[in-house]
Amino acid sequence: MADEVILLDYWPSPFGIRARIALREKGVEFECREENLRDKSPLLLQMNPVHKKIPVLIHNGKPVCESMNVVQYIDEVWSDRNPILPSDPYQRAQARFWVDFVDTKLLKPADQLWQTKGEEQETAKKEYIEALKILESELGDKPYFGGDTFGFLDIAMTGYYSWFEASEKLANFSIEPECPILMASAKRCLQRESVVKSLHDSEKILELAYKLRKEYGV
Amino acid sequence: MASGEVKLIGAWASPFVMRPRVALNLKSVPYEFLQETFGSKSELLLKSNPVHKKIPVLLHADKPVCESNIIVEYIDETWSSSGPSLLPSLPYDRAMARFWAAYIDEKWFVALRNFLKAEGEEEKKAVIAEFEEGNALLEKAFIDCSKGKPFFNGDHIGYLDISLGSFLAWLRVTELAASYKLLDEAKTPSLCKWADHFCNDPAVKPVMPETAKLAEFAKKIFAKPQA
Repeated sequence: MADEVILLDYWPSPFGIRARIALREKGVEFECREENLRDKSPLLLQMNPVHKKIPVLIHNGKPVCESMNVVQYIDEVWSDRNPILPSDPYQRAQARFWVDFVDTKLLKPADQLWQTKGEEQETAKKEYIEALKILESELGDKPYFGGDTFGFLDIAMTGYYSWFEASEKLANFSIEPECPILMASAKRCLQRESVVKSLHDSEKILELAYKLRKEYGV
Repeated sequence: MASGEVKLIGAWASPFVMRPRVALNLKSVPYEFLQETFGSKSELLLKSNPVHKKIPVLLHADKPVCESNIIVEYIDETWSSSGPSLLPSLPYDRAMARFWAAYIDEKWFVALRNFLKAEGEEEKKAVIAEFEEGNALLEKAFIDCSKGKPFFNGDHIGYLDISLGSFLAWLRVTELAASYKLLDEAKTPSLCKWADHFCNDPAVKPVMPETAKLAEFAKKIFAKPQA
């Protein structure tokens, strides 16, 4: 029986991109359905009634929600190729720990970079760089967080990497001088085939961010 | 590799610390419990969890694992041939367990904490409504996940049972302080039955804080300074 894989998505989302990348890393055919977050489809509301958010992976009619949960699910279902999580329990715990760090410490300042201005934005910039520096020391001299292979934490981070250029322009700062090693790894990730196919133009993301800022009166 | 000494840095009153303790009990893994003193953090804790400086921290052959739910998965994967599996075997069921565990920490527990902070009738009403909405979701999740068995994980306590069950002692303390039944048999009959099963499990009983002792402790730590 052929698998039916549908992804409810939103093109600039740093969370949606994680699911797209994971599916492409595994070579899984899927249908991407674009959501209008201001007018959510009945399918989205039915498949994620608790949070009403994307991404939602619908696999043979059954929904999986929360981006890194979706990535783990993809890794476990299509376990015969390109493993995303390492096999060693200790390394798996480390990967999960750092993904939790990313989505608790990096998320809020990343949002505030484009949602705020003035002093609030400056504070967000400091917290953002601080979190990136902690991640950079975790990366060490490895090409990827996953070591020699692109893994779970790299996929999580690529969501943020896809917003790097836009964030830098919006908040008027440069990440490379602060975190050169992380930036090198980010560039490596952004050049990966699964990422290139999943990425949208940085210019389009920046355009959207400016538009939203205007709407929010920032 | 399951060999190596196991230590757990924690505190008896913490629901997050209770999680790995239940998991280790279910897997029959002996461990040394290193109690932190309330109000201060040991050198070992700061060294083992420099990022968050929080308990629990599992030390397995001196290697630290942090974040309670992550520790529970680590215990399940490391001692996979000992005791019951803590996570379901099918990827979809595992995704459900992780989804609800995240919901419990990010939404349900926050609503529980807000219960005692609420001031005035309006705020209290809003907090009650939010909490009961969460309970209704968890009641349905229990029915979906348990498939007629006593626990979210089926026949045995698992990851999701541990994630919610670890808050039961604090839920009881909150019920006493607020004089309000937070887990009502009339509204969430399945969850109430489940709570009973959970609390009576031999892996849980030794590490579940006594309500009276916890209430005393709560009074102490939440005591408002005299005006």
